[in-house]
Amino acid sequence: MTANFLHPATSGEYIQHHLEYLQLNLRTFTMEKGGFWTLNLDTLALTIIFGVLFFGLFYFVVTRLSSEVPGKLQNAVEMTIEFVQQLVKEVFHGKSALIAPLALTIFVWILSLNALDLLPVDLLIRILFCFGFAHHFRLVPTDDPNFTFALSLSVFALIIFYNFKAKGFKGVTKEVLTVPFGKWLFPLNVTFRLIEELVKPISLSLRLFGNMFAGELIFLLIATMPWWIQWTAGGIWSIFHILVITIQAFVFMMLTIIYLSMAHE
Amino acid sequence: MELAHLIAGIQSITVIAAAGLIAIAAFGTALSFGMLGGKFLESIARQPELAPMLTMRMFVMAGLIDAFAAISVATGLLLVFGSNPFLVAVLSAAANR
Repeated sequence: MTANFLHPATSGEYIQHHLEYLQLNLRTFTMEKGGFWTLNLDTLALTIIFGVLFFGLFYFVVTRLSSEVPGKLQNAVEMTIEFVQQLVKEVFHGKSALIAPLALTIFVWILSLNALDLLPVDLLIRILFCFGFAHHFRLVPTDDPNFTFALSLSVFALIIFYNFKAKGFKGVTKEVLTVPFGKWLFPLNVTFRLIEELVKPISLSLRLFGNMFAGELIFLLIATMPWWIQWTAGGIWSIFHILVITIQAFVFMMLTIIYLSMAHE
Repeated sequence: MELAHLIAGIQSITVIAAAGLIAIAAFGTALSFGMLGGKFLESIARQPELAPMLTMRMFVMAGLIDAFAAISVATGLLLVFGSNPFLVAVLSAAANR
């Protein structure tokens, strides 16, 4: 049997098979785990495809704007952009050409990737299997911790960069050494500051990963139920999950804006 | 027979751990969602014109609360329905013996 994940023996095996990534070992260029030198091809492919798709769509709309008869697509894009712009204006008071586009990118990208969670769990695997592709394939890139950590570490790098840009090297050193307990307790201040900064990327990425992973796992559990109850359970969980998907994309964006505006002040 | 004892021991401990993971997470979120909703209604009753702004912030907070409970519940469910790593370790040790 080439594809034992299509017909597994137990529900535990079924779930386990659906939680494996399509991995490429960079040392030997074979499809197996290779420790650190492993690429998760499914995550990479889907994130790039959806990034290009959605930002291509936005670009397409922006190039043919019409002020007289805006179409439905243009309205949707304008609503998204205005929504993000409003949020950034509320939280961030300085001037920056980066924060609003960054927030829009994060929101749209994460939202579109999270929305993949609503597709049936076996759909893509079975379609790929029809074309003779018998490997594991994870559908939702945001429940790969590698992707969420990549996002949050980029945000973390920007936080550090903006700290130095807004306050200068002197200002940052002074703040790290003297806030919150004054200059005589500087070891404590430095420790507090380090913890505070390091918690940011970890909590950002684990929050997104945890929610999406829980959602995916419950969909898998529903898929192991008998067929006559799958519709009800899956329907209820999908409707609830639409809320989770939007909120998690929104929270990731909101916290990015808040962290970056904290770095500026 | 000895193996059956070992497996039974691991399974009983795992069930208790999973129950704790799911139940405590549910308890915490239930409590905090109650507080969040209560305060939200209170503040809307006090200042109804702030309702749209508060609704948005409430959802941000809901996302923050939800996250760690979701991680905890997922871990619990994985222990029960997925493959239990502790059990797998014991089984492979028994197979190698």
